[in-house]
Amino acid sequence: MQVEINGKSEDITEATLEELCKRYLDLPTVIATAVNGTFITVHERAELILQPGDKIEILSPRQGG
Amino acid sequence: MPDGALKVYGVELGSRLLLGSALYPSPDSLSGAVKNSGTEVVTLSLRRETSGDGAASTFWEHIKSLNVRLLPNTAGCRTAKEAITTALMAREVFSTNWIKVEVIANDDTLQPDLFGLVEAVRELSDQGFQVFPYTTEDLGAAERLLSAGAEVLMPWGAPIGTGRGLMNPYALMTMRNYFPEVPLVVDAGIGKPSHAAAAMEMGYDAILLNTAVARAGNPPLMAGAFAKAIEAGRAAHEALIIEERDMASPSTPQAGTPFFDLENL
Repeated sequence: MQVEINGKSEDITEATLEELCKRYLDLPTVIATAVNGTFITVHERAELILQPGDKIEILSPRQGG
Repeated sequence: MPDGALKVYGVELGSRLLLGSALYPSPDSLSGAVKNSGTEVVTLSLRRETSGDGAASTFWEHIKSLNVRLLPNTAGCRTAKEAITTALMAREVFSTNWIKVEVIANDDTLQPDLFGLVEAVRELSDQGFQVFPYTTEDLGAAERLLSAGAEVLMPWGAPIGTGRGLMNPYALMTMRNYFPEVPLVVDAGIGKPSHAAAAMEMGYDAILLNTAVARAGNPPLMAGAFAKAIEAGRAAHEALIIEERDMASPSTPQAGTPFFDLENL
Protein backbone atom coordinates (compact mmCIF):
# COMPACT_ATOMS: atom_id res chain seq x y z
CA MET A 1 0.00 0.00 0.00
CA GLN A 2 1.30 3.40 -0.96
CA VAL A 3 1.45 6.02 1.81
CA GLU A 4 3.45 9.13 2.55
CA ILE A 5 5.79 9.02 5.55
CA ASN A 6 7.31 12.31 6.59
CA GLY A 7 6.74 13.71 3.14
CA LYS A 8 8.17 10.75 1.21
CA SER A 9 6.08 8.30 -0.74
CA GLU A 10 6.56 4.69 0.38
CA ASP A 11 5.14 1.26 -0.37
CA ILE A 12 4.50 -0.40 2.99
CA THR A 13 3.24 -3.76 4.24
CA GLU A 14 2.36 -2.70 7.79
CA ALA A 15 -1.36 -2.59 8.47
CA THR A 16 -1.48 -0.36 11.53
CA LEU A 17 0.34 2.72 12.71
CA GLU A 18 1.73 0.79 15.64
CA GLU A 19 3.30 -1.79 13.32
CA LEU A 20 4.81 1.00 11.26
CA CYS A 21 6.24 2.61 14.39
CA LYS A 22 8.11 -0.58 15.24
CA ARG A 23 10.61 0.53 12.63
CA TYR A 24 11.72 3.16 15.11
CA LEU A 25 11.95 1.01 18.21
CA ASP A 26 15.69 0.62 17.90
CA LEU A 27 16.10 4.31 18.54
CA PRO A 28 16.47 5.29 22.19
CA THR A 29 14.14 8.16 21.66
CA VAL A 30 10.49 8.93 21.72
CA ILE A 31 8.31 9.64 18.76
CA ALA A 32 4.96 11.30 18.24
CA THR A 33 2.61 10.53 15.38
CA ALA A 34 -0.05 12.17 13.27
CA VAL A 35 -2.04 10.83 10.33
CA ASN A 36 -3.57 13.17 7.80
CA GLY A 37 -2.94 16.10 10.12
CA THR A 38 -4.58 14.52 13.15
CA PHE A 39 -2.57 13.66 16.27
CA ILE A 40 -2.62 9.95 17.07
CA THR A 41 -1.65 9.15 20.64
CA VAL A 42 0.67 6.29 21.49
CA HIS A 43 -2.34 4.35 22.78
CA GLU A 44 -4.34 4.82 19.56
CA ARG A 45 -1.67 3.55 17.19
CA ALA A 46 -2.62 -0.13 17.42
CA GLU A 47 -6.17 0.54 16.30
CA LEU A 48 -5.28 2.98 13.56
CA ILE A 49 -5.65 0.98 10.34
CA LEU A 50 -3.59 2.64 7.65
CA GLN A 51 -5.24 3.46 4.34
CA PRO A 52 -3.69 3.97 0.90
CA GLY A 53 -2.68 7.59 0.48
CA ASP A 54 -2.41 8.33 4.19
CA LYS A 55 -0.01 11.10 5.08
CA ILE A 56 1.88 10.00 8.18
CA GLU A 57 4.05 12.23 10.31
CA ILE A 58 6.51 10.65 12.73
CA LEU A 59 8.32 13.29 14.77
CA SER A 60 11.06 13.25 17.38
CA PRO A 61 12.83 15.80 19.59
CA ARG A 62 15.13 18.28 17.88
CA GLN A 63 16.80 21.57 18.59
CA GLY A 64 14.56 24.63 18.58
CA GLY A 65 14.50 28.31 19.37
CA MET B 1 20.62 41.64 43.18
CA PRO B 2 17.14 42.36 41.84
CA ASP B 3 14.15 41.28 43.91
CA GLY B 4 11.41 38.91 42.96
CA ALA B 5 11.50 35.81 40.83
CA LEU B 6 9.73 35.55 37.52
CA LYS B 7 6.48 33.63 37.95
CA VAL B 8 4.74 32.07 34.96
CA TYR B 9 1.78 29.74 35.22
CA GLY B 10 2.47 29.34 38.91
CA VAL B 11 6.11 28.36 38.40
CA GLU B 12 8.87 30.52 39.87
CA LEU B 13 11.96 30.83 37.72
CA GLY B 14 15.24 31.97 39.19
CA SER B 15 16.54 33.16 35.82
CA ARG B 16 14.86 35.64 33.52
CA LEU B 17 16.64 34.24 30.48
CA LEU B 18 14.98 31.54 28.41
CA LEU B 19 17.37 29.91 25.98
CA GLY B 20 16.91 28.19 22.64
CA SER B 21 18.74 24.94 21.90
CA ALA B 22 19.30 25.35 18.14
CA LEU B 23 22.27 26.40 16.00
CA TYR B 24 25.07 25.62 18.47
CA PRO B 25 28.34 24.48 16.94
CA SER B 26 28.50 21.47 19.28
CA PRO B 27 26.60 19.78 22.12
CA ASP B 28 29.29 20.96 24.52
CA SER B 29 28.75 24.57 23.54
CA LEU B 30 25.02 24.17 24.24
CA SER B 31 25.79 22.68 27.65
CA GLY B 32 28.22 25.48 28.41
CA ALA B 33 25.73 28.12 27.34
CA VAL B 34 22.97 26.64 29.48
CA LYS B 35 25.30 26.46 32.47
CA ASN B 36 26.71 29.98 32.09
CA SER B 37 23.32 31.54 31.39
CA GLY B 38 21.80 30.11 34.53
CA THR B 39 18.64 29.49 32.54
CA GLU B 40 16.02 27.14 33.86
CA VAL B 41 14.04 26.95 30.62
CA VAL B 42 15.25 25.67 27.25
CA THR B 43 13.19 25.64 24.07
CA LEU B 44 13.19 22.78 21.61
CA SER B 45 11.10 21.37 18.80
CA LEU B 46 9.74 18.27 17.11
CA ARG B 47 10.95 17.42 13.65
CA ARG B 48 10.51 14.55 11.22
CA GLU B 49 12.32 11.45 12.41
CA THR B 50 14.91 10.23 9.97
CA SER B 51 15.28 6.63 10.99
CA GLY B 52 18.85 5.58 11.46
CA ASP B 53 20.67 8.89 11.62
CA GLY B 54 20.64 8.95 15.41
CA ALA B 55 20.45 12.73 15.54
CA ALA B 56 17.20 12.84 17.45
CA SER B 57 18.18 10.32 20.08
CA THR B 58 21.56 11.95 20.66
CA PHE B 59 19.97 15.35 21.08
CA TRP B 60 17.21 14.02 23.31
CA GLU B 61 19.61 12.27 25.66
CA HIS B 62 21.72 15.39 25.81
CA ILE B 63 18.87 17.76 26.53
CA LYS B 64 17.58 15.51 29.30
CA SER B 65 20.99 15.59 30.96
CA LEU B 66 20.80 19.38 31.28
CA ASN B 67 18.07 19.16 33.94
CA VAL B 68 16.11 22.16 32.72
CA ARG B 69 12.44 22.79 32.21
CA LEU B 70 11.48 22.24 28.58
CA LEU B 71 9.47 24.68 26.49
CA PRO B 72 8.58 22.96 23.20
CA ASN B 73 7.70 25.18 20.27
CA THR B 74 5.50 24.92 17.20
CA ALA B 75 8.12 26.54 14.96
CA GLY B 76 7.41 26.38 11.27
CA CYS B 77 3.66 25.92 11.62
CA ARG B 78 1.65 28.05 9.22
CA THR B 79 -1.87 27.40 10.39
CA ALA B 80 -3.59 27.09 13.74
CA LYS B 81 -4.37 23.46 12.95
CA GLU B 82 -0.71 22.64 12.35
CA ALA B 83 0.27 24.38 15.56
CA ILE B 84 -2.42 22.58 17.56
CA THR B 85 -1.42 19.16 16.20
CA THR B 86 2.26 19.86 16.84
CA ALA B 87 1.49 20.99 20.38
CA LEU B 88 -0.45 17.82 21.09
CA MET B 89 2.45 15.74 19.78
CA ALA B 90 4.91 17.77 21.87
CA ARG B 91 2.88 17.26 25.03
CA GLU B 92 3.03 13.51 24.59
CA VAL B 93 6.77 13.46 23.91
CA PHE B 94 7.94 16.04 26.43
CA SER B 95 5.34 15.49 29.17
CA THR B 96 4.68 19.19 29.67
CA ASN B 97 1.68 21.45 29.20
CA TRP B 98 3.95 24.33 28.33
CA ILE B 99 4.02 25.24 24.66
CA LYS B 100 5.56 28.16 22.81
CA VAL B 101 2.95 28.81 20.15
CA GLU B 102 4.24 30.01 16.81
CA VAL B 103 2.06 30.43 13.75
CA ILE B 104 4.15 31.98 11.01
CA ALA B 105 2.65 34.33 8.42
CA ASN B 106 5.54 35.28 6.18
CA ASP B 107 8.77 33.62 5.04
CA ASP B 108 10.85 36.78 4.85
CA THR B 109 9.98 38.24 8.23
CA LEU B 110 8.81 35.10 10.05
CA GLN B 111 6.26 37.39 11.61
CA PRO B 112 3.42 35.80 13.55
CA ASP B 113 0.04 35.19 11.92
CA LEU B 114 -1.94 36.88 14.66
CA PHE B 115 -5.29 35.51 13.50
CA GLY B 116 -4.05 31.93 13.47
CA LEU B 117 -2.19 32.53 16.72
CA VAL B 118 -5.33 33.58 18.58
CA GLU B 119 -7.20 30.57 17.20
CA ALA B 120 -4.43 28.18 18.25
CA VAL B 121 -4.07 29.73 21.70
CA ARG B 122 -7.81 29.46 22.35
CA GLU B 123 -7.96 25.79 21.37
CA LEU B 124 -4.77 24.84 23.19
CA SER B 125 -5.83 26.67 26.36
CA ASP B 126 -9.15 24.84 26.23
CA GLN B 127 -7.19 21.60 26.02
CA GLY B 128 -5.23 22.39 29.16
CA PHE B 129 -2.05 23.82 27.67
CA GLN B 130 -0.16 26.69 29.27
CA VAL B 131 0.66 28.78 26.25
CA PHE B 132 3.55 31.13 25.48
CA PRO B 133 2.44 32.90 22.30
CA TYR B 134 5.08 34.42 20.03
CA THR B 135 3.38 37.62 18.96
CA THR B 136 3.98 41.24 17.95
CA GLU B 137 3.44 44.41 19.98
CA ASP B 138 -0.13 44.69 18.62
CA LEU B 139 -2.30 45.55 21.63
CA GLY B 140 -5.52 44.32 20.03
CA ALA B 141 -4.01 40.92 19.33
CA ALA B 142 -2.55 40.86 22.82
CA GLU B 143 -5.97 41.41 24.37
CA ARG B 144 -7.40 38.60 22.24
CA LEU B 145 -4.59 36.28 23.28
CA LEU B 146 -5.20 37.02 26.95
CA SER B 147 -8.94 36.46 26.51
CA ALA B 148 -8.15 33.20 24.74
CA GLY B 149 -6.28 31.91 27.76
CA ALA B 150 -2.69 33.14 27.53
CA GLU B 151 -1.17 34.29 30.81
CA VAL B 152 2.16 35.24 29.23
CA LEU B 153 2.85 37.20 26.05
CA MET B 154 6.04 37.08 24.01
CA PRO B 155 6.34 40.00 21.60
CA TRP B 156 9.18 40.07 19.12
CA GLY B 157 12.05 42.52 19.42
CA ALA B 158 12.89 42.11 15.73
CA PRO B 159 12.41 39.32 13.17
CA ILE B 160 13.77 35.94 14.28
CA GLY B 161 17.50 35.58 13.82
CA THR B 162 18.17 39.14 12.68
CA GLY B 163 19.91 40.31 15.84
CA ARG B 164 18.63 43.82 15.27
CA GLY B 165 17.41 44.36 18.81
CA LEU B 166 14.33 46.34 19.77
CA MET B 167 13.05 47.62 16.42
CA ASN B 168 10.05 49.41 17.90
CA PRO B 169 10.85 50.50 21.44
CA TYR B 170 7.88 52.87 21.53
CA ALA B 171 5.45 50.02 20.83
CA LEU B 172 7.19 47.73 23.29
CA MET B 173 7.02 50.40 25.98
CA THR B 174 3.36 50.99 25.20
CA MET B 175 2.69 47.28 25.54
CA ARG B 176 4.53 47.16 28.85
CA ASN B 177 2.55 50.09 30.20
CA TYR B 178 -0.76 48.75 28.87
CA PHE B 179 -0.36 45.35 30.54
CA PRO B 180 1.45 46.12 33.79
CA GLU B 181 0.48 42.82 35.43
CA VAL B 182 1.02 40.41 32.53
CA PRO B 183 4.37 38.61 32.31
CA LEU B 184 5.94 39.87 29.07
CA VAL B 185 8.92 38.18 27.45
CA VAL B 186 10.79 39.71 24.53
CA ASP B 187 11.24 36.82 22.13
CA ALA B 188 13.30 37.00 18.95
CA GLY B 189 15.55 39.50 17.29
CA ILE B 190 17.89 40.13 20.21
CA GLY B 191 21.47 40.43 18.98
CA LYS B 192 23.59 41.56 21.88
CA PRO B 193 23.40 41.88 25.65
CA SER B 194 22.66 45.62 25.53
CA HIS B 195 19.45 44.84 23.60
CA ALA B 196 18.36 42.50 26.36
CA ALA B 197 19.30 45.02 29.05
CA ALA B 198 17.26 47.71 27.29
CA ALA B 199 14.17 45.50 27.26
CA MET B 200 14.62 44.64 30.92
CA GLU B 201 15.09 48.31 31.81
CA MET B 202 11.71 48.94 30.17
CA GLY B 203 10.20 46.50 32.60
CA TYR B 204 10.00 43.39 30.47
CA ASP B 205 9.96 40.31 32.64
CA ALA B 206 12.31 38.08 30.69
CA ILE B 207 14.15 37.49 27.43
CA LEU B 208 13.95 34.47 25.16
CA LEU B 209 16.83 34.20 22.72
CA ASN B 210 18.78 31.67 20.74
CA THR B 211 20.77 32.86 17.74
CA ALA B 212 22.65 35.63 19.57
CA VAL B 213 24.19 33.05 21.88
CA ALA B 214 24.41 30.01 19.61
CA ARG B 215 26.04 31.89 16.71
CA ALA B 216 28.41 33.93 18.86
CA GLY B 217 32.11 33.19 18.56
CA ASN B 218 32.01 31.73 22.07
CA PRO B 219 28.46 30.69 22.99
CA PRO B 220 29.09 29.91 26.68
CA LEU B 221 30.83 33.24 27.19
CA MET B 222 28.05 35.10 25.41
CA ALA B 223 25.42 33.27 27.46
CA GLY B 224 27.09 34.55 30.60
CA ALA B 225 27.20 38.06 29.18
CA PHE B 226 23.46 37.93 28.47
CA ALA B 227 22.74 36.67 31.97
CA LYS B 228 24.58 39.63 33.48
CA ALA B 229 22.89 42.12 31.14
CA ILE B 230 19.45 40.77 31.95
CA GLU B 231 20.12 40.88 35.66
CA ALA B 232 21.50 44.43 35.36
CA GLY B 233 18.50 45.57 33.32
CA ARG B 234 16.08 44.06 35.80
CA ALA B 235 17.87 45.63 38.76
CA ALA B 236 17.85 49.01 37.00
CA HIS B 237 14.11 48.72 36.41
CA GLU B 238 13.45 47.86 40.02
CA ALA B 239 15.73 50.70 41.18
CA LEU B 240 13.59 53.19 39.19
CA ILE B 241 15.42 54.91 36.34
CA ILE B 242 15.53 58.71 36.26
CA GLU B 243 13.49 60.62 33.73
CA GLU B 244 15.29 62.15 30.77
CA ARG B 245 15.66 65.94 30.67
CA ASP B 246 16.02 68.29 27.75
CA MET B 247 18.57 70.59 29.37
CA ALA B 248 21.77 70.00 31.27
CA SER B 249 21.60 69.91 35.03
CA PRO B 250 24.83 70.00 37.05
CA SER B 251 25.39 67.04 39.30
CA THR B 252 28.07 68.78 41.41
CA PRO B 253 26.53 71.25 43.92
CA GLN B 254 26.69 74.84 42.71
CA ALA B 255 26.75 76.19 46.24
CA GLY B 256 30.35 76.74 47.24
CA THR B 257 31.71 76.71 43.72
CA PRO B 258 35.24 78.24 43.94
CA PHE B 259 36.04 81.42 42.01
CA PHE B 260 32.32 81.78 41.36
CA ASP B 261 32.37 85.56 41.78
CA LEU B 262 35.91 86.16 40.56
CA GLU B 263 34.98 87.81 37.30
CA ASN B 264 32.75 90.24 39.18
CA LEU B 265 35.62 91.63 41.27
